[in-house]
Amino acid sequence: MGDLVAEKHVQYILSVQKKKDSFESVVMEHLRMNGAYWGLTTLHLLGKLDTVDVHEVVSWIMSCQHDEGGFGGNVGHDPHILYTLSAVQVLALFNKLDVIDADKVTNYIVGLQNEDGSFSGDIWGEVDTRFSYIAICCLSLLHRLDRINVDKAVKYIISCQNMDGGFGCTPGGESHAGQIFCCVGALAIAGSLDLVDKDLLGWWLCERQVKSGGLNGRPEKLPDVCYSWWVLSSLIMIDRVHWISKEKLIKFILDCQVI
Amino acid sequence: MAGKIEDESNDRVPLRLRPEWSDVTPIPQNNGPNPVVPINYSEEFSEVMDYFRAVYFANELSSRALSLTAEAISLNAGNYTVWHFRRSLLESLKVDLHVEREFVERVASGNSKNYQIWHHRRWVAEKLGLEARNSELEFTKKILSIDAKHYHAWSHRQWVLQTLGGWEDELNYCSELLAEDIFNNSAWNQRYFVITRSPFLGGIKAMRESEVLYTIEAIISYPENESSWRYLRGLYKDEATLYVNDTQVSSVCLKILRTKSNYLFVLSTLLDLICLGYQPNEDFRDAIEALRTSDNEEQDSDIARTICSILEQVDPIRVNYWVWRKSRLPQAA
Repeated sequence: MGDLVAEKHVQYILSVQKKKDSFESVVMEHLRMNGAYWGLTTLHLLGKLDTVDVHEVVSWIMSCQHDEGGFGGNVGHDPHILYTLSAVQVLALFNKLDVIDADKVTNYIVGLQNEDGSFSGDIWGEVDTRFSYIAICCLSLLHRLDRINVDKAVKYIISCQNMDGGFGCTPGGESHAGQIFCCVGALAIAGSLDLVDKDLLGWWLCERQVKSGGLNGRPEKLPDVCYSWWVLSSLIMIDRVHWISKEKLIKFILDCQVI
Repeated sequence: MAGKIEDESNDRVPLRLRPEWSDVTPIPQNNGPNPVVPINYSEEFSEVMDYFRAVYFANELSSRALSLTAEAISLNAGNYTVWHFRRSLLESLKVDLHVEREFVERVASGNSKNYQIWHHRRWVAEKLGLEARNSELEFTKKILSIDAKHYHAWSHRQWVLQTLGGWEDELNYCSELLAEDIFNNSAWNQRYFVITRSPFLGGIKAMRESEVLYTIEAIISYPENESSWRYLRGLYKDEATLYVNDTQVSSVCLKILRTKSNYLFVLSTLLDLICLGYQPNEDFRDAIEALRTSDNEEQDSDIARTICSILEQVDPIRVNYWVWRKSRLPQAA
C-alpha cells in the first residue's frame, strides 16, 4: 500500500482531457456543475484551490443561473435543485456568495417544497430525500433556512426512516448509505438529530464495512470507494466513526487509487 | 454508466446534410473562455447538441424536434434538459404515450441506472393512469430479473403499488426473489413494505405469526444473513416485550449457537434480547461457554459481557462497536 499521490490527482482534475470520441467524455456535459463541486472541493482539500481562476469559475457559474433563481448543470441547461446546491457550494468555497441574489435562489428552492414537506428536484416533480438535504443545505449556506417549512421537511425525512434505523429515498424505500447521508445531513443542519436512533443506525452503518476494509451501501452489496464518503460522513455526523476500522478503510481507499 | 444505443444503420447522415434541417442554424456550446472542468466532445455529439440547442432556444415544438431529442438521448441519456424538452414536445404534439412508453423501454435497456429515464417513465405512467399498472409492474420485474437489487426499479415499483395498486401478488413475488437469493436485502425490504402497507393483508400484527415462521426458516438456512435478522427484529417493531418473550426467537438462537458456526448475528441478537430484559437459561450459558476459546476471552459470570468479549474476537473489524456495547451493559450484580 502506498500513499495518496496527491500531485497526480491535482493534475488529473486540472486537465480532464478525455479522448475526443470517448463516450464517457460526452455524458457529463449536463452535470458539469456537480463535477466542479467535487473537483474544486478536492483541490481545496489538497491545498491547491489557488491553481484555479476564481473569476472564470464564478462567471461560468452565474451564466448557468435562470430567472427563477435556480442553476442548471451547465450553460443552456434547465434549472434543477441538484445544480443549484453545487453552484452555491462552489461559490461558498471561494467565499463569493455575495455575487448572487440569495433571496432569488431561496425563492426557487422554497417553490420546490411540497405539501407533505418533501422537495421536488425541479418543476417536473421528482421527489427524493436527496432533494430534502439539498434544499436544507443550500438554504443553510445562504442563512435563509427559516424560509422553508423546516418542521414539515423534518417530518417528511423521518417518514423515510426504516426499522433498521436507516433511510430510503421515499417512505418505505430501502435503506441506502447515500440516502442516509442526505437524511442525516439534513436533520443535522435542521437541529433534529435527536430523532435519529444513532445507536441503531451507527450499527447499520458500521456493518457496511466488509472484510477487505471497504464499505458497501446496503447489506450484501459490493464495497465501493464512494461509500467511504456516504457512510463515513454519516458516522461522523452521529459521532460513531470509531465503530469502523480506520486502518482497513484507508488501505482499501489507497488500493482503489489508479496511479 | 450510460450506454450508447446502436444506430440501425452505420451510415449516419450528419444533420447539416439533411434537407429537412437546412433552415436551422446550429448553436455551439458556450463554454466561456477557459472552461472549468473542460470536456472533449465527439463530433456527432457536438452536432446533435448544436441542433438541439437551436430548437430548444427557439422553443420549436415540432416533430423533427421530437426526433432530435431521441437522437440526443441515444447519445446521452443522462441529459436532463433534453428529457424536459421532450416532455414539453410530447404534451404539445399530443403524442400517444403508449408509443412513448416503448421508446423509454428501448432506452432503458442500455441505461437502466439513470434517474432521468425512471423519472420520465413515471411521468408517462402518471399520465396513462390505472391502465399503466400492469405494464409498469412487468417493466420493473424485467429490470429486476437482470439486477434484483436495482434501486430505481424498486423505487418505481413501490410508487406503482401505492399509486396504481397491484398489491395482490407482491408478497409472492418477494418470496420468489428470496428463493432465488435469500440475501437480497431489497426483497426483504419490499416484503416489509408489503406487510405494513398492503390494504389486503391487515398490517404487521396480522402478518406477524406467518412472517416469523418464514423468517426463522430463512435464518436457519443461512444464519449469516444480516437481512433476515433485521427483518425478524422489524416484525416486533414497537413490541419489544413480544420479541423478548417469543420462544421461537430464543430457540433459533440456541439452535444455531450449538452448531458453533455462523453465529455472529445470533450473538448480537442475544445481546439485544438481554438488554431488553431476556434472561438466558443454563442451556445458553453452556452453548456460549462452548464458543469461548481457552484463554482469549475473560471468564465472566455476566453472560452479556462474555458475548461482547466473543464478538470483539470474532468480529474484529467492529471491535470498537462491541467494546462500546460492553461498556453500556448494566454493571454485573
